Amino acid sequence: MTSVIHASDLTKIFGKSTAVDHVSFEVQGGEIFGFLGPNGAGKTTTTRMLTGVIPPDTGTATILGHDIRSEPVLAKQGFGVVPETSNAYMDLTAWQNLMLMGELYGLPRSRAEQRSSDLLGMVGLLERKDQKVQAYSKGMKQRLILAMALIHEPELLFLDEPTSGLDVQSTQMILALLRDLNRQGTTIFLTTHNMEEANRLCHRVGIIRAGKIVAIDAPEKLKTAIDRVHKIEVSFDREISGDALSGLNSVTSANRTGDKWQITTQDKDATIRSLVTFSQQNSAAIVTLNTLAPSLDDAFLRLTQEAQP
Amino acid sequence: MNPAGFSEQLLRAWAIAKKDIRIYYIKGPVLIFGVFMPLFMFLAFLMGTKQLPLSFLISGLVGMTLFFTATAVSPAIFPWEGQAKTLERLASCPVTVEAIVFGDMIASTLFGIGITIITVIIGMMLGLSLLHGITLLVAILIAACCFSAIGMLLAVPPTNVPSNIMMLSSLIKFPLVFISGIFIPLDQMPAWGLALAVFSPLTYFTDLVRYAFTDTHYFPVIIDIAALAVFTAIFTVGTMYLHKRTMPQRM
Ligand SMILES: Nc1ncnc2c1ncn2[C@@H]1O[C@H](COP(=O)(O)OP(=O)(O)O)[C@@H](O)[C@H]1O
Ligand SMILES: [Mg+2]
Repeated sequence: MTSVIHASDLTKIFGKSTAVDHVSFEVQGGEIFGFLGPNGAGKTTTTRMLTGVIPPDTGTATILGHDIRSEPVLAKQGFGVVPETSNAYMDLTAWQNLMLMGELYGLPRSRAEQRSSDLLGMVGLLERKDQKVQAYSKGMKQRLILAMALIHEPELLFLDEPTSGLDVQSTQMILALLRDLNRQGTTIFLTTHNMEEANRLCHRVGIIRAGKIVAIDAPEKLKTAIDRVHKIEVSFDREISGDALSGLNSVTSANRTGDKWQITTQDKDATIRSLVTFSQQNSAAIVTLNTLAPSLDDAFLRLTQEAQP
Repeated sequence: MNPAGFSEQLLRAWAIAKKDIRIYYIKGPVLIFGVFMPLFMFLAFLMGTKQLPLSFLISGLVGMTLFFTATAVSPAIFPWEGQAKTLERLASCPVTVEAIVFGDMIASTLFGIGITIITVIIGMMLGLSLLHGITLLVAILIAACCFSAIGMLLAVPPTNVPSNIMMLSSLIKFPLVFISGIFIPLDQMPAWGLALAVFSPLTYFTDLVRYAFTDTHYFPVIIDIAALAVFTAIFTVGTMYLHKRTMPQRM
């Protein structure tokens, strides 16, 4: 496998604040790499440096074997970009936007037309191809922008929060398309603040907080890395006090959610034993008892909070 | 195909020019402005001063038409596209900043040439006789390139507020008209006026137009053409260099 994105020490400073702070990572060919972080963490700034929109203050990025600063055109020829804010030309039709992209990527006219009809069909916009983009809904615009990014069949696709603020239908369609593209060999770099999305889609995720990478690994591994914390969900057939629960041996905390109690613990086994003892002693029968798998959310929260200065 | 090669980038610049024409030029208000501005100026000139011959004034009018139309729209394109975030799209495409700037220049050059030819035709219908057609054509071609490069130079300050740029460009464009021998013949200008006039490319274009219509000129024709060509080269290289530096600040 070859490295498709090689970011090394990327740094961007805006005024006094460091938006991206010595970020280094690699993305291998064929991967879906998720760049995960809360708002303002520096995901967009990193993506813009990788795609040659803004220059880094220090550090280098090599994309598909070309340095983005010294050979920008050759690097850009090989990837497609779905930027954070929608940016098709509103005064042009979907078809005209795609033809423009075709020309900017140097496709012969006939090839651009073939690709455009295929892509518009794929994103469900073929019927409305001659309508100005102005009249499109947000989801339609985003699907068009995805099609525009794919016109030249790029090996690598950058997407900056491609589903944020979209309706469920467009979101599902875009995620399914990304999976298909990846199966056909496209490498995908995707930023998101949605843990669930990263978990379902990505082979590896890099977690960024306040401009710094705090972890890079497969979602499953990130989850097991925080296996120190477990959650147990329990409910009883009668009211019991939260203090009694959180006072139990090995229980870290107990929070009420609806008719259930969510219990955090470092030791699952010990907690379940004490819950059973508790139920016998207080003659409160256990109605449900579930152990919850750690979620990427937990990993994310822990990782981003641990790094708090 | 080498995407970074000159001919490939030239083709992509042409794609940008077509996009500009479609979005920014073939628009009702822009076209109406382009056609009516010279028409109204003709009327104003016809009703105005009688001290100077009409053919003298109309030559100046042709000069002004080309200058104003070739610099009318292009300074605002980057601010508009910066605001609409389409500039970010272009910046992530395999086109150089030079090609983007050149594409914008092609569009404004074509717009300037089109409207100026209409103006010349109106002038000829009003009885003006064209004595040196080829010279006029060459002059319009070079000057259109030159003025569109000026239009792009006016767009260099990296603001995304179109009205700022329009204000700034008016501040620069109008004084230029007064030092370029449009209202006052060069041979009647004071020495300091003439000293300013030689630095305005519009001076040489107006001189050429005057030659084409009245057979009189202040500078030798070849000097006029050479001066326009040199200005064009300097402004084109200059605007590309400056835009390359300021482009990241627009994102
Ligand atoms: N053009 C800019 N000028 C000044 N500050 C910026 C600019 N772009 C981003 N920032 C700042 O950099 C930080 C990272 O922003 P961004 O990369 O957009 O984060 P994310 O995409 O992860 O939400 C934020 O604090 C943001 O305010
Ligand atoms: Mg962002």
